[in-house]
Amino acid sequence: MSQINSKITEEIRSKVKALLSAEEIAAFVGFIDGTLPMTARPFTARSPEDADRLVFNSFCVVNPAVYLPPLLKSLEPPRRPTDPLPEGPLPKVGILATGCWSRNISIQLQENQIARERVVVLGTGCRGMVDMRKVGSIIDGREIEKAYELDDRISVSGKGFSEEILLEDVLRDNCLTCICPNPVIMDHRVGGQVPDRRVDNRFPFVDEIESKSLDKRWEWFQNEISSCIRCYACRNVCPLCYCPTCFVDDSRPQWVGKSLDPADTSIFHILRAFHCAGRCTNCGSCETVCPMGINMRVLTSKLTKDVIDLYGTEAGVDSDAPLPLTTYSETDRQDFMV
Amino acid sequence: MNKIYGLERADLEKWLSRWSEKSTVYCPDEGDGRGPASFSGWKVWAGDVLPEIKPGPAKCSIKTFYFPQPESLHTFSTASDDPDAFLLMEAERDRSANVLVGLRPCDARAVYLNGLPYSKDPYFQHRDSRTTLVGFSCLEQCSTCFCQEVGGSPFDTHRLDIAITEIKGRFIAEVLSERGEALVDGAGGAGPASDKEIAELDRLKNEAKVLKSDSGENLKAKELMALYNAGFWDSVADSCLNCGACTFLCPTCYCFDIQDEVVGNKGRRIRYWDSCMFPLYSQHASGHNPRGMKMQRVRNRFMHKLKYFPDRFGPLSCVGCGRCIRECPVNIDIREVLKDLLGVE
Repeated sequence: MSQINSKITEEIRSKVKALLSAEEIAAFVGFIDGTLPMTARPFTARSPEDADRLVFNSFCVVNPAVYLPPLLKSLEPPRRPTDPLPEGPLPKVGILATGCWSRNISIQLQENQIARERVVVLGTGCRGMVDMRKVGSIIDGREIEKAYELDDRISVSGKGFSEEILLEDVLRDNCLTCICPNPVIMDHRVGGQVPDRRVDNRFPFVDEIESKSLDKRWEWFQNEISSCIRCYACRNVCPLCYCPTCFVDDSRPQWVGKSLDPADTSIFHILRAFHCAGRCTNCGSCETVCPMGINMRVLTSKLTKDVIDLYGTEAGVDSDAPLPLTTYSETDRQDFMV
Repeated sequence: MNKIYGLERADLEKWLSRWSEKSTVYCPDEGDGRGPASFSGWKVWAGDVLPEIKPGPAKCSIKTFYFPQPESLHTFSTASDDPDAFLLMEAERDRSANVLVGLRPCDARAVYLNGLPYSKDPYFQHRDSRTTLVGFSCLEQCSTCFCQEVGGSPFDTHRLDIAITEIKGRFIAEVLSERGEALVDGAGGAGPASDKEIAELDRLKNEAKVLKSDSGENLKAKELMALYNAGFWDSVADSCLNCGACTFLCPTCYCFDIQDEVVGNKGRRIRYWDSCMFPLYSQHASGHNPRGMKMQRVRNRFMHKLKYFPDRFGPLSCVGCGRCIRECPVNIDIREVLKDLLGVE
């Protein structure tokens, strides 16, 4: 067991237990061990006993901020849509937050999806999460039956094999280019500060695509999304996607066809990415959960790069900075106008 | 008694080549997991070498062969000067004959199970009548395989036309249907399996016959509303993202929606995959949604497979392939749900 992560796990358990016991929070969003090796299941702890199941490790690949707005809403007393909020404080929710997860919480605050006074953030530094596809390619696709994590390595074994893998070799690409491993919002700290990562090029994959000709870029995109089954796991796992009805689900009017026509799949992916422009924190959830292995994060990374170039700002890092695409300024660049 | 053949790998490849003359032969393609060829997880056999069939089911089920994305049901014209405008015409049917080689018994069982509610569906039946299934029994299972807990078996032969078992580098092919016989007749190159091989096949089958539990019958005996109102659904829903990864990869999720698509003055009525995880699936025209909450939707998916379907048709609508367990973004494990349901008093 990783000493670092088991210490964080212990601290999370005792802090959450205390918060739930004191009824300071009604629920806590964290992770428990999954049923398969190297998986962690997002979990909502609602009782002090639940807190004993919480874990933190290198397999917490889903950004828990996605659960925050609906969970807070579900804890409000039932009322009709037009009724005002009841007076007095509403139940609070605790949440575990690494650097990128906390940046998403920051954006949800800026976009008025959640209220700061109802959220209790347990912040922890993050050394990166594991990309199961990278592990799979190292062990040649064989099935892992047992795995345990050390501080810098993972030991995996299955029928007829046993391997030690360096953590650094199998971290997700978004984690390898992480600029913010420590939380930007925090009420309580668990674990220590994690040193910033030295990142020479934050957008190596974007650069690679940008260097191609227009035709080749289109070819790359079409090939990349050709296996999409439109399950919308990428959309549903994203903490930025909170629209009551997504444009792909609208039926009157219907903007996008429903089956697997490449034109429809293309529109879904392009628009999904554009809706994340200036808001994406590079948490990597979309890419991680895709059952078909589509690298759709390249699209959002391109927009992140553009927003940095055009507005000099980055999503969720500075909670006082205005949101680039929803804030009007007379000095906004207008060189796209004819 | 079924005819049983013994083949070397080269003999089997010869069979595939002979079959390719009259049909399109597909075999599993793990590929890089991407790209159009491997979208379905199946590729047209190129006439060279039969790829290694890895333990466990292929990444994607054979559902795409039965429920194409989309299926054209009708065509129509919207041209105002067309006397037949808006008259539904039967869409041209796919006339190709397919032979699928290398699927696992769970995927064939899924076709059998889907065939129960689709017994009178002309589109499904048309495709089934033109598809021959040549399955590979499982000598090795994955940790996520649980067919024996849901009524299946690594040697299940439901809906298979030919079942092949690899014994010591030789392929023992059991012909199970007339369609299977039609394939083998005249394909040549294979002699009957030896008595020793048949005895070994029987031994393996008997070994695998042991059902780990009789979940289907146990759940049928339980009161529906007790399962429906069980307390654990809330915690399943707490984790669930309500995406469609499980439904779209599941071989027995067969729900669809129908829409008209019009381009220019030509229209077609299509049937395409839908998922009970999506709010729109159950939304009424009035705007009311009887399954408006995430918990109601995730509960429906499991209740349909594990209670409503067996109550109506007999067997569970789950083949234990484990795809949903492996691909669920948040590790919702149907085996846990099954266990929780069986624990409801």
